[in-house]
Amino acid sequence: MKKPAFSPLLMAGVFLLFISATSPSGYVVGDHAEDFSLKSVNNKMVSLSDYKDARGYIVIFTCNHCPYAQLYEQRIIDLHNKYAPQGFPVIAINPNSPLIVEEDSFEEMQKRAKANKYPFEYLFDEEQKVYPKFGATRTPHVFLLDQDKVIRYIGAIDDNPETPKLAKNRWAEKAVEALMRGEKPNPDFTRAVGCTVKKKPTTAPDPMSASGGKQ
Amino acid sequence: MIAIRLNRFLLFLMVLVCCCLSNYSATGQSFAIYDSMPQLESRIENAKDTTLVINFWATWCKPCIEELPCFEELRERYYGQNVLVILVSLDFKSQLEKKFIPFLKEKQFKSEVVLFADQDANTWIPKISQEWDGAIPATIIIKGQQRKFNLGKFANYTELETFVRPFLADVSALKDSSQYPCLTGK
Repeated sequence: MKKPAFSPLLMAGVFLLFISATSPSGYVVGDHAEDFSLKSVNNKMVSLSDYKDARGYIVIFTCNHCPYAQLYEQRIIDLHNKYAPQGFPVIAINPNSPLIVEEDSFEEMQKRAKANKYPFEYLFDEEQKVYPKFGATRTPHVFLLDQDKVIRYIGAIDDNPETPKLAKNRWAEKAVEALMRGEKPNPDFTRAVGCTVKKKPTTAPDPMSASGGKQ
Repeated sequence: MIAIRLNRFLLFLMVLVCCCLSNYSATGQSFAIYDSMPQLESRIENAKDTTLVINFWATWCKPCIEELPCFEELRERYYGQNVLVILVSLDFKSQLEKKFIPFLKEKQFKSEVVLFADQDANTWIPKISQEWDGAIPATIIIKGQQRKFNLGKFANYTELETFVRPFLADVSALKDSSQYPCLTGK
């Protein structure tokens, strides 16, 4: 009698596991973002709730190595310098595993932040638990949150990676300004070319893969 | 340098003659430059019932470069079996001579190569796949109305072939596939 009673439960459990393991979901516009606590290049833990006066948060998944992230680096600095004084700080998060790209290690993040005088917090999603919640898939990838941590814009900074001056749409700026006026950003979702997020290998790395034969 | 300039001039002429078929062969390997999505779309349409394996890559993208040999392998194994591999680069046109051409010169790909320079990514990306938000590497298989999308790098040749295989049902004799990382062409 017990056996058949157990197996549907087991099946359901397996099904739930399957769902959680395969669903690539992340936040969509309108979702409430869960706060996080990640280590910054200054060696302190940073959460959204630390920003007491914030009217919103410009969360940007970015990294050291990606040429697209590098192209946008100055624009990310500019976004912070322009909007942090108005209550919208940039919070940069590196989602990449240094097991895949050494250049994205915590030490390298510290070096880059120092060399380029990052005015914003540059955090390391070392356990890779934050970026999947957001649904970040590339670097750079912007998530604009309002004061209540509701996602209001997801996408690109602008539409010209190579030449900022020639950008026809400065989506991230427009979205922040819409929020400041109490309006909903339009568009609230854009796409752009970028580098994939570098997920750490699921199996323990063997000596071979550590020396460059990574998957 | 002169040869490159001459070729550039030839390219210019060809673009004038037929904007859809611009071809560039300073490398000993020809490639097309598509400036806008309609050109890529018509290339796809012209393939009719051929199984298209379109890989989006760039010279600056390390995982892309690592998996390119797998696409070359696929091309080789399914040559003459109505399978066409197209390597669509998202390199900047401004880097054409500095990076793109030297890279092709070094690699000498046998697959068809396209430099896709449409900068309006927000418009063209969802036309390739609604599932895609623009990160590369990314691959799409197209056969008639069927499409299948994959984000990220294939770990090895077998993984790529397994992904493509459902589109190859009419291929009578599937060849053996070996499992090796795509790094072999490095």
